[in-house]
Amino acid sequence: MMSGEGNKTKPPGTRPSLFLERQSYRRHRLTDAARILPFLGAALLALPLLWPDPSGGDAAVPLSSAMYYIFLCWGALILAGFVFGLAARRMAAREGSDTGAE
Amino acid sequence: MATINVLILVCLAYVVFLFAVAFAADRMAAAGRGKWLRSPVIYTLSLSIYCTAWTFYGAVGNAARSGLEFVTIYLGPTLVMVGWWWGLRKLVRVGRSQRVTSIADLLSSRYGKSNTLAVCVTILAVLGGTPYIALQLQSITLSFSIFAEADPSGLYREGSSVFWVAAGLAVFAILFGTRNLDVNERHHGVVTAIAVEAVVKLFALIAVGVFVVWGIAGGIGPMMDRIDASEIGQWNVDAGRWTTFIFLSAAAFICLPRMFQVMVVENDDEGHLRTAAWAFPLYLLFMSLFVVPIAVVGLDLLPQGANPDLFVLTVPLSQGNDWLAMLSFIGGFSSATSMVIVSAMALSTMVSNHVVMPIWLNTQEGTGSVSGDVRNIVLMARRVSIAAIIALGFFYYRLSGGGAALASIGLIAFAGISQILPALVGGLFWRRATRTGALVGLTVGFVLWIYTLLLPGMGGAWMPESVLQNGLFGLGWLRPHALFGIEGIDPMVHTVMWSLSLNTLAFCVASLLSFPSPLERLQGAQFVNVFDHSVAPRGWSGSVAQSEDLMIMTQRILGTGPTQEFFQAEAQKQGGRSHLPEPTPGFLNRLERELSGSVGAAMAHAMIGQIVGGSSVSVEDLLAVADESAQLLEYSGQLEEKSSELSRTARQLREANAKLTQISEQKDSFLSQVSHELRTPMTSIRAFSEIMRDTDGLSRQEQTRYAAIIHDEALRLTRLLDDLLDLSVLENGQVSLNLSDDSLRSVLDRAVPSALAGADRKITVRRTRTAERIFLHTDLDRLGQVFINLISNAQKYCDADDPVLVISAHDVGGRVIVDFIDNGSGIPPGARSMVFEKFARVGGDKAGGAGLGLAICREIMQRLGGEITYLPGQGGAAFRISLPQAYQQAAQ
Repeated sequence: MMSGEGNKTKPPGTRPSLFLERQSYRRHRLTDAARILPFLGAALLALPLLWPDPSGGDAAVPLSSAMYYIFLCWGALILAGFVFGLAARRMAAREGSDTGAE
Repeated sequence: MATINVLILVCLAYVVFLFAVAFAADRMAAAGRGKWLRSPVIYTLSLSIYCTAWTFYGAVGNAARSGLEFVTIYLGPTLVMVGWWWGLRKLVRVGRSQRVTSIADLLSSRYGKSNTLAVCVTILAVLGGTPYIALQLQSITLSFSIFAEADPSGLYREGSSVFWVAAGLAVFAILFGTRNLDVNERHHGVVTAIAVEAVVKLFALIAVGVFVVWGIAGGIGPMMDRIDASEIGQWNVDAGRWTTFIFLSAAAFICLPRMFQVMVVENDDEGHLRTAAWAFPLYLLFMSLFVVPIAVVGLDLLPQGANPDLFVLTVPLSQGNDWLAMLSFIGGFSSATSMVIVSAMALSTMVSNHVVMPIWLNTQEGTGSVSGDVRNIVLMARRVSIAAIIALGFFYYRLSGGGAALASIGLIAFAGISQILPALVGGLFWRRATRTGALVGLTVGFVLWIYTLLLPGMGGAWMPESVLQNGLFGLGWLRPHALFGIEGIDPMVHTVMWSLSLNTLAFCVASLLSFPSPLERLQGAQFVNVFDHSVAPRGWSGSVAQSEDLMIMTQRILGTGPTQEFFQAEAQKQGGRSHLPEPTPGFLNRLERELSGSVGAAMAHAMIGQIVGGSSVSVEDLLAVADESAQLLEYSGQLEEKSSELSRTARQLREANAKLTQISEQKDSFLSQVSHELRTPMTSIRAFSEIMRDTDGLSRQEQTRYAAIIHDEALRLTRLLDDLLDLSVLENGQVSLNLSDDSLRSVLDRAVPSALAGADRKITVRRTRTAERIFLHTDLDRLGQVFINLISNAQKYCDADDPVLVISAHDVGGRVIVDFIDNGSGIPPGARSMVFEKFARVGGDKAGGAGLGLAICREIMQRLGGEITYLPGQGGAAFRISLPQAYQQAAQ
């Protein structure tokens, strides 16, 4: 949506600076997301440490629930990594074609 | 029931198939075909050597013992891969731009190409790697023995089978791992074979898992119920072990030599990381998806006391599904073989590049022109190293006798190899990390690891019970499992925590206390800022004569064909006609990288250094290093400037203050002088007028005399007041100049007689009239006033017996200079700065002047756009007047 807006309102060539700025802003945002990802993953995987301890007499979390939780987190991380990988590749390709055209 | 013979047959067939794959891949790569060999999929699959037989079989065993804890071993690498933007991206870029051949090479290259460090890392890697290889051999043997138990023919003998397996692996690793020595150590054949094995082991594990979940348990729902009902059916994971193992596996994933080999050295394209970042965690997820179900079903179905490490095999076997068991066996076999092959290759590269080759080159030193092919020696060293490392693993297995001691070796090896982490991460992100820091940190971590984990784990022969109970030398705080008296920590957690934290601490402290060599700083800048300047890491300079030596040396390492090709290409690139390229820095850099792909960065650097003689550092390199020192310099420069500015201001302030004080004193003395000067004539006027008023009968003569005195004093008063008025007018700038034209000579002609008029003892005035023919356009009366003042001063103050005043005039570029020099004793130095001040009189009141003359002169000269100065060192009192030949308005 944002890119559509950017392309529609700005005639090509007249104000290239804004376009580039937007590009690099997006790239920075993308790398920021990529950097946050492992910390998010570590936090999610540290969460089970807060679960009740059966040796303390509390009702323990059944292993099946634990498995669901961990594999879901795992899958979510992979998905996020996949999306980021795609975005990074698109970005790289676009930049490559940009520099190639210039 | 599958017989052991069928198993061996399948095994051999599988190995032949792998050979074929590796051979075909190498052929395709050599022919330049097979783009898919360099695809991200192959790269991702090759990373799967992380999943060894220990994880293939052991994960299920681990799950059967402690539930979900096994998953930590996969979660660590997942986090590393998902966070590739932080670390792996940089690691791979550095590895590619520096052409590193192993993790030891990387560290040695980062810390000033130090071979000592490389040797340390190599030793650590071999020590950690050997038991690991033994573990793989054990898993193969164990899985063989499962089938052998079921086989009544009983042909199987454990010892010999291990030997043949080890020998076969060595042959495979030597054949495909040391085929080529060129470009960056990439082994397409081996990598492709590993990728195939990765698929096989994943397929095998998933097949067993699917069989267990849908074949035995009857679907996901029932499986989950079964899991919850089993003895491991509750979440019961020790928090310390959970976090420690995630961290440890993440660290080991980066530091393990075999992982470094496939991840960095064999990397063809940095873009592959993007795919592997999600694809490899996905692979790991599939590898662990069915681990818990297999473990739970195994616990259910198999008799008490069955080895849970082999559930992957025994569960299908117990259900009579021989082909599935066979597949699972092949999967485990794949895991073990790929790990052993890559491990042996990575370790042999390190051993041959950092241990064997330096020793060999040292023995060859002095005989610079050894004939023969160094290339063959490197390859031979590598082959022997592979064989030796696998043999070490084999002997370790035989000596330890297998069993439970080996089972825990995987994590122990992880903890050992993780000791590289601080030096590695510090090297990539901290420019001021030094070689000393890395060495000290490694040593501390390494010693702690051996003392707290390796030796206690190896049993009583290596570490006496008394040390374990009471600590080394009976010191309680040195107990291997309770360092510093902190007890009750899980031994693994204890070791990882203490060794890595003290390792990091030692690394940081030693880095802070030591100073890096220039090469270290250079490499530090290259590593840490690899994305800013990843080209041309260092510069060489050489002379043409050395090209031939370089070629001879290169031939010995790369072989004749590739060398000539390389040199020819370089020569053409330079546009020269000869076969030998000029040894430009660029060419030497490329050559060094080419060589470092074969013998490691430290060796290549040393070899080229020997021929070219000392490295020269390029300007960009210096700039990179100077970056921060420049910032510091600039900052201190600014400080210096500011401080000097401050001191300048302070000096000016002090001067101004002194001047103000002086002026204030002058004002006071001026007032007292004026009153004094006025009072003296007034006193005599009053006295004589009183005499004339009060005394009767004064003679006519007396009256005249007294009246004359009064008149004289009144005149003196008038003169004084005139002078004061004159000065005040001049100082206020209210004077109006009466400009006219005349020659300097006529001005002097008028001034001299009027100055000397009425004097008792006339001073002799010497002039050079011809030089005085300078025409002036200025206020001639005022100028004359100055001259008169100066001449009469000389007349008054010159104390020579035969006083002479020399007046000389010059025309210096439009400015007229007139000097008045007498032959008296001059003005004492202390008084010179004061002579132009008001009422300043040298030598007391002797001549009776008011002391305003020179002050007036100075004011006049300033009005005329000139100046009057005292000329020191002329023998007597000397004044110089300089003024523009033509008065200019601007001077006002």
